[in-house]
Parts: sequence; C-alpha cells; structure tokens
Amino acid sequence: MVPLSYYLVLSGVLFACGVTGFLIKRNIITIFMSIELMLNGVNLSFVAFAAHWHALSGQVFVFFVMVVAAAESTVGLAIIIALYRTRETLNVDQVNLLKL
Amino acid sequence: MTPNLHLWLIPLLPLVGAAINGLLGKKFSRQTVSSVALAFCGAAFAMALYIAFRFSSVVTPHLETLAPWIRVGSFQADFAFYLDQLSLVMLLVVTGVGFLIHIYSVGYMWEEGGLYRFFSYLNLFMFFMLTLVLASNYLLMFIGWEGVGLASYLLIGFWFTKDSAAAAGKKAFIVNRIGDFGFLIALFLLIKHFGSLNFAEVFQAVAPLPKETASAGLLTAIGILLMVGAAGKSAQIPLYIWLPDAMEGPTPVSALIHAATMVTAGVYMVSRSHVIFERAPMALTVVAIIGTLTALFAATIGIAQTDIKKVLAYSTVSQLGYMFLACGVGAFSMGIFHLMTHAFFKGLLFLAAGSVIHAVGGEQDMRKMGGLRTKIPWTFWTMTAGTFAIAGFPPLAGFFSKDAILWRAYISPYGNWVYWLIGVITAFITSFYMFRQWFLTFFGEYRGDEAGRHGSHHGHGGVHESPKVMLIPLLVLAVLSVVGGWIGSARFELFLSPVFYAGGANSYLIAPTPEQSAQITEIEHLEFAFMLISVGAAALGLFLAWLLYHRRPQLPQQIADALGGFYDAVLNKYYVDELYATLFVKPLVEGSSRILWQGVDRDVIDAALDGSADGAREVSDSLRHMQSGNLRSYAGWIAAGAAVVIAYMVWMGTR
Repeated sequence: MVPLSYYLVLSGVLFACGVTGFLIKRNIITIFMSIELMLNGVNLSFVAFAAHWHALSGQVFVFFVMVVAAAESTVGLAIIIALYRTRETLNVDQVNLLKL
Repeated sequence: MTPNLHLWLIPLLPLVGAAINGLLGKKFSRQTVSSVALAFCGAAFAMALYIAFRFSSVVTPHLETLAPWIRVGSFQADFAFYLDQLSLVMLLVVTGVGFLIHIYSVGYMWEEGGLYRFFSYLNLFMFFMLTLVLASNYLLMFIGWEGVGLASYLLIGFWFTKDSAAAAGKKAFIVNRIGDFGFLIALFLLIKHFGSLNFAEVFQAVAPLPKETASAGLLTAIGILLMVGAAGKSAQIPLYIWLPDAMEGPTPVSALIHAATMVTAGVYMVSRSHVIFERAPMALTVVAIIGTLTALFAATIGIAQTDIKKVLAYSTVSQLGYMFLACGVGAFSMGIFHLMTHAFFKGLLFLAAGSVIHAVGGEQDMRKMGGLRTKIPWTFWTMTAGTFAIAGFPPLAGFFSKDAILWRAYISPYGNWVYWLIGVITAFITSFYMFRQWFLTFFGEYRGDEAGRHGSHHGHGGVHESPKVMLIPLLVLAVLSVVGGWIGSARFELFLSPVFYAGGANSYLIAPTPEQSAQITEIEHLEFAFMLISVGAAALGLFLAWLLYHRRPQLPQQIADALGGFYDAVLNKYYVDELYATLFVKPLVEGSSRILWQGVDRDVIDAALDGSADGAREVSDSLRHMQSGNLRSYAGWIAAGAAVVIAYMVWMGTR
C-alpha cells in the first residue's frame, strides 16, 4: 500500500511543473500543455484522497474536471488556430495588443 | 340665499388669455393678439360688474371653495375665494382700470415688437392681481402677491435688450423679495400661534385678544412684519427705491401696475388685516409714521425730477404714503377710498403722460416739451383733470379722499396733529410739482428739437394727437377722476363698514344718537376749516408753480443755485440709492465674492473635489501599467495571487 503522502507529493510536483512551464514558456502550445499538467496534478490528489477516505465524490470530481478540460482544450485549440492564422506566430510575447 | 357667483372665473379668464397669447401668440396677427387679450380681460370686468349688481343679494363675507389645496393635520389652505365689500371695491378697480389700460395699450404698443408677449404678461398680471384680491387665505394671497411681482418684473424688463430696463426689473424683484421676507415671517407666526391662514379663522381667533397697549407682543410683531411686506410691494420707506426705476417699463405698465393696482396691494393687505392692526397700536403707529414720512419724502424728490414719468412715480410713492397714513390712524376705509380715487387719477395721469410721450416721439424730458396745449388738446384736457384731481381741488376725486385722510389723521384716536401738518405740507408740495409738470409740458414755448416744431405735419415726424383707442380710456378715466369722489367718504365708509366695523366700534356712523349728533355738528365746523386749509395748500401750490414755471421761468434756476447743495441732494433723490449701494449692496457683493466665492466655493468645495479627482487620476496612472497586454505577466500575477491566498489560508490554518 503506497502511503497517501507519496501521491500528494507527486501531485504537488506535477502541479509545480505545470506552474513553472506556464510561467516560463513562450510557446502557447507548451503553455496549454502546462495547464493540462496542472489539472492532472490536481486530479491525482483528488483520486488519492478518494481512495484514502473511501469516498466517491473525489472520483466524481475528477470526471467533471476531465470533461471541463476536454471542452477547454477544444476551445483553446480553436483559439490557437485562429490566432496563428491572423498573427502567424505562437509566441505569446508577441501577442500583446490588448493593453492600455 | 347667496347665488353661486362663480368667483373663480374672474381670475381664471385672464389666465386663459395669457396662456393663449403666451403659447400661440407668436403666430397671431396683431389684431388677434389684442382681441384675445381684450376679450378675456373684458370678460373678467363683465363678471365683476355682474357680481357688483348682484351684490345686494350676497351674504357677506361670501366664501367659495374651488378645490382643496393644502390639508395637513388641522392646517388647511384651499383654493378658495372670499368676497366682501372690500374685495368688491378692489375687484372693480382692478378689472375696470385694468380693462381701460388694456384698451389703451392696443394703441400705445401697436408699433412695438413682441405685442403678444406684452399682452400675455398683462393678462397674467390681471390673473395674479385678482387672485391676490379674491384670496380667502393669506397663502393664496401670497401666491397672488408673488405673482404680481413676477408680472411686474417681466413687464419692467419688457424691453429687455435695454440694460437699464433689465436692471430695473431685477431691482424691483429683489427689493420686493426683502419685503416678502417680512410677509412670510408674519405668515409663519400666524400659523404657529393660530394654526390657520384663513382670514375668517385668523380674525376670529384674534378678535377676542386684548389690545397690546402696554407692551409690544405677538400681534405687534405680526403687524410690523406685514407692514414690511406692504412696504416692499407698495414702495414705502425704506423699500420705495424700486418704483421710480420701474418706469423703464412701457407706460401702460407704469399706469396699471406701478400706479393703479399692484402697488396698492400693500394697502389692501394692511386693510384686510385690520383686525390684527387694531389690536396692535404700536404697529399702527409704525404704519402711520412710515406713511407720513414717505408721503413727504417722495413729494420733495418729485419737485426736482425732469422726467415726466419719474415725477408721476414719486407722486405715486407719496400718494401711497397717504394711504398708509390713513391705515395707520385706523381709517382703513379712507385708505381704500384714496386707493380707488388714486387708481382713477394716477392711471389717467400716466396714460396721459404716455400720450404726451407718444406725441413728441418718445421724449420723456419735460424740459424739452412745452406748448403742447394746443397741439394735443384731448391729452391736455384729460391730463388737466388728473392734475387738478391729484392736487386736491374740489370737486374732483382727489379732494374728497385726501381731505378725508387728512381729517382722520387729526381727529382719529390714533391720530395726531403732526400727521395732519405733514399731510397738508405734502398736499402743497404735491400740488406744486404736479402743476410744475403741467406748466412745463403744456404751456410756454415748445423746447424740443426740430422734428416737433413742424406740428402741422402729419405722421410721425411732428407732434400729433394719439389715436382714438388711446383717447377713449383717457376720457373714461378723466370722467372717473372728476366724479369718482362724489360718492363721498361717509357713504363709502358706510358701504365698507361691515368689513371694518364688524364689532360696531364706529357705530355712530350708522345711527348716531342725538348727543353724538351735536358732537358731530361741532366737529363738522372744524372739519370745514380743515378742508379750507388743504384746498388753500393746493391753491398755493398752483400759484407757486404758475409763478415759477409760467410767469418767470428763469426763477427756478436762480432758486436752485441759491439752494446749492440741498438742491443737488433733492435732484439726486437724497442719494438714497447710493447709500443703499454702499451700505447693503457693496458689502453683500464683496462678502459673497471674497468669502463665499473665493473662500468657500473655490478654496474649500472646488479644492476638495479637484483634489479627490487628482488623487484618483494619480493612483490609476500607476495602476494602469499592470495591463501590459503581456500574457505571461498576467500569468505571473495570477500565480502570485494564488500563492498569497494559499499562504494566507495556511497561516490561518496553523494559527
């Protein structure tokens, strides 16, 4: 039996990797993937707690998160395609028109 | 049983006329505008006549409630009208003289632009004046009171492109506000202590109160405050200064508003409140003193005026002083009697002066007139009637009313020989300056410019008689000025006695006992002597004016030179305007610009508002740099925010 803390540490590491990638990467696809990484880190802690407490609600939450993440990636990828067609770049530092 | 009189129609008819002309008149022809104005004003006059003929069947005071207005707790003020002998007299004077002046205005104003505006204002004035006269409570009276002030303002400033006219309108309005303040405070006192403003209820509550002889009390305060209001409206010392300036308005306006009707509102109000005044002898004394002083003071200023309308303006102030003198000695019906005769002859004099001004092409300076007697005979003869009437020559109207006032000033229990003496001196001065005007205008050589000298020419170049539409009102008023006094003061007083002597205070008027009859006979001899003296004073004035301004025209200048400084003071109206400017106007203007504008408004209010606006701008100036458009910086902010939230929650959890 793997202790709960292992899962949580792994989950935290995954989440931290996601945050780091989200902050330092310039390619929008990579940023997008980092978001997925963060979501999965959180999902892992959900299922770990669900298994630990023998409560199903954590797993139900994970399904929700997955559904929302699928929808989000659909919309996000569509935006990215539209962005590439107009700006011909994937570098977010060059996509900074919306400012004062 | 009192028939339904439909009193409410009387004020409302002119209002309809004012609305029609005011809203639609711009598109009407001159004929339509004047027909509308005349029709509605004439209808009001016809209603007034109808009521006068039905009056014997009316149970006075007749109260007619049109609609409820203010009902708060036990306090109640309605749109209600009140008819008794006093309001009937006022009603007839206002509608009658008003209608005549409307007719005259058609001729006088025909050439002016904005005729519809003029008639709309004139009808509006009639509405407010009739509201004032017919109101059954002080509050509705106050509405009319303010309304006539508004109409007066609009009409003084009728030629609003002329600076002096606009300034005169403002001056009249502001000076009147000072008086209205006193009136308003008096109303508040009435509400506080009697809980009502209805004439009937207030007078019923006041009637049983004792006279405040020993010390000044509530009624004295109310009386004096009412007098402050009356002094504003009726141009008495110290608030008379607006009336001479009001002559900037068209002449029919001067005749109607600033001579015959509106300025007498104060006299009407004081007479209406006679129940209060009779129980406050000190207030009565104040009224009498103000009246007497104003009569003398304004008359002396009248001597030196050269503008034909200004002479009449000061004469109006002076005659109003007589009316207040009458009220002040408790002879309210004599005040109203003089009010009525004065409306006739002063309305006449103003209209005749207007006709003179019309004849000489807009000139108002009497020094540039003269010799007009033969050129404008109708105007001359009507004006002569008015001049003799105001000077107090029997048997014209002014003689009866003025003599009655002087007699009462002496004999009344509130009277005093000083009042009488000043009154007689004023009568002499009145006669002098009126005949001075008469001689300067109509006798001697014509002193105007070339245009007028070709009197034989017709058209607007030369001196010409006014059209018939102006002469007819002149004739009617001239007849009234002659016969108006023939009813006699005694019969007039008897007619008004239900109003003024409801308690039977002067019951000897109605049915004297033999003992009283003997007394009366004795008194009548004295009265006759007094009458001779006042007629003598008037004759002396005529003689002196004849001597100075007809017989030896160079004398006045010599006298003026001999008097030096005093003459200058009179010529400059005793510098009262300058005095007020220094005492009140300048400190107010300075104070409000230094303290209120520069101190409070600019340095406190503006500074606070500008300061907060500046602060907001500076803060947002620094904050707006956060919105850089850079996605990664937003991401950083989000992450930092999340970290702070987590740190806080951890800290909260471990505490």
